[in-house]
Amino acid sequence: MDVNLIFRIAGIGILISVFNMVLKQAGKEEQAQMLTLAGVVVVLMMVIQLISRLFTDVRSVFQLW
Amino acid sequence: MEVMQLVGLGLVASILVVILRDQRPEIALLLSIVVGVLVFLFMLDRLAAVLNVLRDLAVRADLNLAYLGTVLKIVGIAYIVGFGAQISRDAGEGAIANKIEFGGKILILVLAAPVMVAVLQAIIQILP
Repeated sequence: MDVNLIFRIAGIGILISVFNMVLKQAGKEEQAQMLTLAGVVVVLMMVIQLISRLFTDVRSVFQLW
Repeated sequence: MEVMQLVGLGLVASILVVILRDQRPEIALLLSIVVGVLVFLFMLDRLAAVLNVLRDLAVRADLNLAYLGTVLKIVGIAYIVGFGAQISRDAGEGAIANKIEFGGKILILVLAAPVMVAVLQAIIQILP
């Protein structure tokens, strides 16, 4: 039960929203958008690895193909 | 006890998702996907044990293992389709969820067709 993955993703999300606020205050709107995109891409990479692990496990348990 | 772990994880994760929802809805969705996957991976070895018991019973009752394999495949497809459809429904995309379920039903029908044919043939043989 690797719970730390959940906390890592939640931490990234909170960090990004805080940085976005700071960047918006500083008037750098476009950097804020870039930061949001970068954060989503990082979290997406983690999620994709986890989903591929899920699919291989389900394939092995149910002998899907 | 695993139940405590499971419920605790679910509650903590839903709180984190609520925190993230207003600021970063996309990361909140990814977080809910991760929690769903983790819970299933946590339960997978017990599920595999149950399926092995089922297989042993089928072998002892000398059932045709092909049909049990088809049933297992259908259960697997149903689970994956349900997983994907629920996630896209959470994201607010009801139409995509319905399309995923539609595709899943077709795949299950394709798998179930030979079993139906076998049942019909058995019935025809029984009839005088």
